[in-house]
Amino acid sequence: MLAAVDPAAALAGLALGMSLADARARLPELRLVDADPAGDAKALADFADWCGRFSPWTSVDGADGIWLDITGCVPLFENEEALVRDLIDCAARLGFTVRAAVADTAGAAWALARYDDVPVRVLGGSEVRAALAPLPVAGLRLPAEIVQDLKRLGLKRIGDLYGMARAPLAPRFGEAVARRLDQALGLLDEPISPRQPTVPRLVRRILAEPISTPDAIEHGLSQLMALLCRQLEEDGLGARRLELACFRVDARVERIAIGTSRPSHEPAHLGRLLTEKICQIAPGFGIELLQLRALTVEPLAARQLGLDAREADGTVAPLVDRLANRLGAGNVLRLMPENSHLPERAARTVSVLDNRHDAKRRQDWSAGRPRPIRLLAYPDPIEVMAPVPDDPPLMFRWRRVPHRVRRAEGPERIALEWWRAPEAGTDGIRDYYRVEDEAGRRFWLYRRGLYRPETPPAWFLHGFFA
Amino acid sequence: MATLVRLGGGKKDAALAALRATLRRLEGPGRAAAGVVPTGFDAIDRVLPDGGLARGALHEIVGEGADRAAASGFVIRLLLGLAVQGPVLWCLADPELYGPGLQRLGLAPDRLILARTRRDTDLLWAMEEGLKTPGLAAVLGEPQKLDLTASRRLQLAAESVGGLGLVLRQADGGKATAAVTRWRVASAPSAAPVPGPATPRDFGLMRGRWQVSLERCRGAAPTGEQGSGEQGYGSWWVEEDDATRAVAVAAELGDRSGTSASAIRHAG
Repeated sequence: MLAAVDPAAALAGLALGMSLADARARLPELRLVDADPAGDAKALADFADWCGRFSPWTSVDGADGIWLDITGCVPLFENEEALVRDLIDCAARLGFTVRAAVADTAGAAWALARYDDVPVRVLGGSEVRAALAPLPVAGLRLPAEIVQDLKRLGLKRIGDLYGMARAPLAPRFGEAVARRLDQALGLLDEPISPRQPTVPRLVRRILAEPISTPDAIEHGLSQLMALLCRQLEEDGLGARRLELACFRVDARVERIAIGTSRPSHEPAHLGRLLTEKICQIAPGFGIELLQLRALTVEPLAARQLGLDAREADGTVAPLVDRLANRLGAGNVLRLMPENSHLPERAARTVSVLDNRHDAKRRQDWSAGRPRPIRLLAYPDPIEVMAPVPDDPPLMFRWRRVPHRVRRAEGPERIALEWWRAPEAGTDGIRDYYRVEDEAGRRFWLYRRGLYRPETPPAWFLHGFFA
Repeated sequence: MATLVRLGGGKKDAALAALRATLRRLEGPGRAAAGVVPTGFDAIDRVLPDGGLARGALHEIVGEGADRAAASGFVIRLLLGLAVQGPVLWCLADPELYGPGLQRLGLAPDRLILARTRRDTDLLWAMEEGLKTPGLAAVLGEPQKLDLTASRRLQLAAESVGGLGLVLRQADGGKATAAVTRWRVASAPSAAPVPGPATPRDFGLMRGRWQVSLERCRGAAPTGEQGSGEQGYGSWWVEEDDATRAVAVAAELGDRSGTSASAIRHAG
């Protein structure tokens, strides 16, 4: 079976779905290439990615189509037609033959791009109805069997359906035909993308010559950043997430993204965050287009950095952002109290960028009982010499170093949470001791469970006092 | 009261002080402007030039042993004594700092921003960024190693906006660094409740004790025997009362007069 034919083969009369023997008979010199659906799909996905230069919202449609939602993107070009021509020209340079159509509805654009002969169609309003009328019903994105049935009834063109009463169609074809028709004509809303209520915050810069040095990228970035930040400032917004997309001449797209702990429209701050990641961009043979986009924007001053009020000094937020962008958001942490009396659960670390816990962290840290300043996340097993049953250790060996206990205090009995299944032999309790060794170092040790004569008790080192 | 008298006449003192001030001015424009903050330990402040810890500078705290508890405890008490406001950036490999314990010492855990780094290069970078940021109370870091070049960078970063840099290190042969001061902190056995040696089974913890030595201090005159290798700037017992969590310099080591209890300060 032929899965695809090039223009020359099509001229010779070959068509999709023709068997290989037939094709060979018609055209003995036919050159065959194995079909590679996975490769095609990947190429299409890459191409959709590349189309991000025209609109931030792109998606792959079936095996041969790409949706572009260009709402709000047109001002970046002169008009819609210029956008489409630019798209076709650029794609042609990459070796793709593209048919494109712009219309008010997704359905109309789909039909026009596939079944209309005019290379570039930009339609709006009432033109759509007229333009769709001569197209085959297959343009309505209907299953093949329904298209066959419609043809059998003599309904070959979309226009043939315009005057039809809906009622007789429904029992025969389901509501698909009417729905698709209404969608194409804009009578029925068709959500194809999570449309943003506002225009996408996006600026782009086509470069006269491909660039590849970090300096050149940085220069381009700073210009875009100034532009974007001015837009944001005018609208009283700040960016929480930004993405710089570098469209390479070989149609690949390199992206770097940053996040901030609170909305910002400071070009210097945001620019610095992105500049630090420029080294991650592989420029290949050069970059021909830079596009900077605010993925998430928030009103300014709506949110404070979740640190103490007296620390709300604006200078700390940029530092936090810079740390988070180099070390990773999960590595810039703050301590958060937790409502648990199990020591290792009484506090945990959360990312500074995570603002969900702001309310909870206002609760007080309990400072009642003595607690170590450093706590091991996983208590270390130790060998212990201790008089039974409840005396503190006389000596313990931690990481092969023996420590003689000079003074001790305890036990402080901490009950494990009853709703957690206790480990075998723990009795659901720990007996904690504070001990001081001969050098004056202070440790927090515990024995797991009650003392039982028949089993040697398990001891652990959990923390360090200072 | 322990009084340290090192030089003969008051005239000589004044002349020396003027010379030191000139030297500090020459050392860097950042330092003089950033000023000093008293540590809160009177006995220690007396030894430090200008009576406090210099801002816009890097200070090194060398701990004993693998656990950094003693050194971090001292640093926290130092921070509390400095009474500097604002968040504290703490750069470390393993965020095992424990909130309830910090709170008990008097340091609100909310003030901390922890930067977890796996490599020293990242850690030093994070410290440098922090030191260049105004508005931070202090920048703490626990690098595995610190050499002259890296410490010089940190020192310069601290000078740029007057940040306070504190490096916690394990003893590693005392490699030279550009830090303005170097402290050595070690746990010490707590004093017996009654005079005499502690019996092995003394029950109950006494006041925690640490031995704090100032090993290096730019701009101050060393004490101790010249050339004996024991040269330093002072050594103190620092003691804490568990009940009130007050910290005090209990005694000055090497103080020939043998007097003690020179200052008491309440923390938290």
